[in-house]
Amino acid sequence: MSILVNKRTKVICQGITGEQGTFHTRQMVAYGTKMVGGVTPGKGGTTVDNIPVFDTVEEAAQKTGADASVIYVPAAFAADAVMEAVDARIKLVICITEGIPVLDMVKVKKFMEGKDSRLIGPNCPGVITPRECKIGIMPGHIHKAGSIGVVSRSGTLTYEAVDQLTGLGLGQSTCVGIGGDPVNGTNFIDVLELFNEDPDTQAIVMIGEIGGSAEEDAADFIKRNVRKPVVGYIAGVTAPKGKRMGHAGAIISGGKGTADEKIEAMTAAGIKVTRSTADIGKTMVEALKKV
Amino acid sequence: MNIHEYQAKQILAKYGVATPRGKIAFTPAEAEEVAKEFLHNSEGPGVCVVKAQIHAGGRGKAGGVKLAKSREDVLKFSTDLLGKTLVTHQTGPAGRVVKKVYIEEGCQIAKELYLGLVVDRSSHKVALMASTEGGVEIEEVAAKTPEKILKEFIDPAVGLIPFQARKIAFKLGLDKNVVGKAVKFMSGLYNAFVASDCSMAEINPLVITKGGDILALDAKMSFDDNSLFRHKDIEAMRDLDEEDPKEIEASRYNLNYVSLDGSIGCMVNGAGLAMATMDIIKLYGGAPANFLDVGGGANKEQVTAAFKILMSDPNVKAVLVNIFGGIMRCDIIADGIIAAAKDVGIKVPLVVRLQGTNVEQGRKMLAESKLNIITAEKMNEAAEKVVAATKK
Repeated sequence: MSILVNKRTKVICQGITGEQGTFHTRQMVAYGTKMVGGVTPGKGGTTVDNIPVFDTVEEAAQKTGADASVIYVPAAFAADAVMEAVDARIKLVICITEGIPVLDMVKVKKFMEGKDSRLIGPNCPGVITPRECKIGIMPGHIHKAGSIGVVSRSGTLTYEAVDQLTGLGLGQSTCVGIGGDPVNGTNFIDVLELFNEDPDTQAIVMIGEIGGSAEEDAADFIKRNVRKPVVGYIAGVTAPKGKRMGHAGAIISGGKGTADEKIEAMTAAGIKVTRSTADIGKTMVEALKKV
Repeated sequence: MNIHEYQAKQILAKYGVATPRGKIAFTPAEAEEVAKEFLHNSEGPGVCVVKAQIHAGGRGKAGGVKLAKSREDVLKFSTDLLGKTLVTHQTGPAGRVVKKVYIEEGCQIAKELYLGLVVDRSSHKVALMASTEGGVEIEEVAAKTPEKILKEFIDPAVGLIPFQARKIAFKLGLDKNVVGKAVKFMSGLYNAFVASDCSMAEINPLVITKGGDILALDAKMSFDDNSLFRHKDIEAMRDLDEEDPKEIEASRYNLNYVSLDGSIGCMVNGAGLAMATMDIIKLYGGAPANFLDVGGGANKEQVTAAFKILMSDPNVKAVLVNIFGGIMRCDIIADGIIAAAKDVGIKVPLVVRLQGTNVEQGRKMLAESKLNIITAEKMNEAAEKVVAATKK
């Protein structure tokens, strides 16, 4: 078992004929992901490695029965692509694209209200259930099937954590990169809820960053609902406040969002927080001993 | 991207946001010349304000804003300010050199307020915030007495609805004759925010004059860098004098670089891992000289450029390269390091930690290059080695 994706998940790729889209479609196929189609407006009727390309997501969804779409469309057009996938009732939309204007994402969030799709990202590495399905850009070979759920705001930091887990013999049920943008689709709590209910996820690694209050909210959720061991890490303890202008950012966050506040909230919620990136795997080993 | 006050006021004026009249000056003579019309208007002798233009708040307290009653005052204040380094609570200790002054018509202030717009992460909406407590202490007000910050969240499909602005205006205690002007002001500010893809727009203070007008006495605007591709006019307002030369060079190669004051240069892929690398350097007793994210798919040219930027910092006593190859292949990183090392030379100890895609190939290339490179496999080992190297 796993969350979000498994070996039956049928995936289409938006932007499949672009350099990134083609490259990563091949990588995903090589990993064993069921890539059933692609979308590039104007290139309908062609193929990429025998995978049919369609002009619209609607058509691709009808003809392939896709459950999920992965988006490699350039930033200027990515919000449009996400909304097209949502409109076509694709259940899981994973947007890899980085650099989408924030106000575009504000519109996307509004558009998604009341709709059934789940968006992961943008600006994320994607989702992988080891040995079953890889949707995104993560290096597949560092993963190992198992029972640790990983959820993270950062791409390469997720690889670092996964690599440590695998090195210590701890496989992963599913790894979810929710992306680092201020306005994104799925948050920590959504994923934690799924891991909490997944019988094959035994423990959870949660990797956050400075900024916003998503980690504090997640800590509160864990305190109230999660009985599985959770190991946490927050990047940015030493990050300078930065040369900023004005006060609006600080006012809206009400003083929250620093690494220390997040670590404090997470520790108070019973999460085993490590201050060293190099110790994420080791901390999980210790957390599992206590179960 | 940030812009100056005078530029923000130019943008806001286009959207019907009321601002005092003002002109920009680059020399004391120019300042004196443009001040004429504000000092002698139809109502007799007036006053004007000489304001240092730098990308930071807190100018008033730092002596960067002066009230002038005569042309002699304007000449004196602008002579003092131009070329001066202004240190405010937002500039950092190094401060900023004043290269231009904004000469603005004075006004009779009856009331000072705060107004700000920002994208709120929690509600995924633009938030309009206002307070009767203006000034630099506004952050403290927000932290200690959050009820004093009025907030309205704006539906992107509908925009700021007049009733939302009215609610804020009445709660601010504005006179009913000013409320209409305040609604127009807030609508204009929101329209400017959305149309120019702002990440922050702030009017602090917003003033009500004794004559019952509402004016933006100061204006700060920041823009979403990711949206600049569709705002060439705003991109043209970028002032390179306000930015670190190393950061400008980095942005030319699409590298995400922030200067810091430590001695260990860092080159990492991914913002999260880059921050984690800085953190682990600190844990081992060192201090990072920079934040540098080469991104997910950097090429040889970008890696070479990144390396040159690190080497150009005289504070750098050692360099740590930490790459976890996902999309980025370790052999490309190795290639870039070797090219840069041959090009600029490695004058300080270099610790390289490679992991991920094509790692064996990357490590082999580095080993065969015969360059003086200290290698590490794990992050803690890399941090330990680079910190030790700075202490030799």
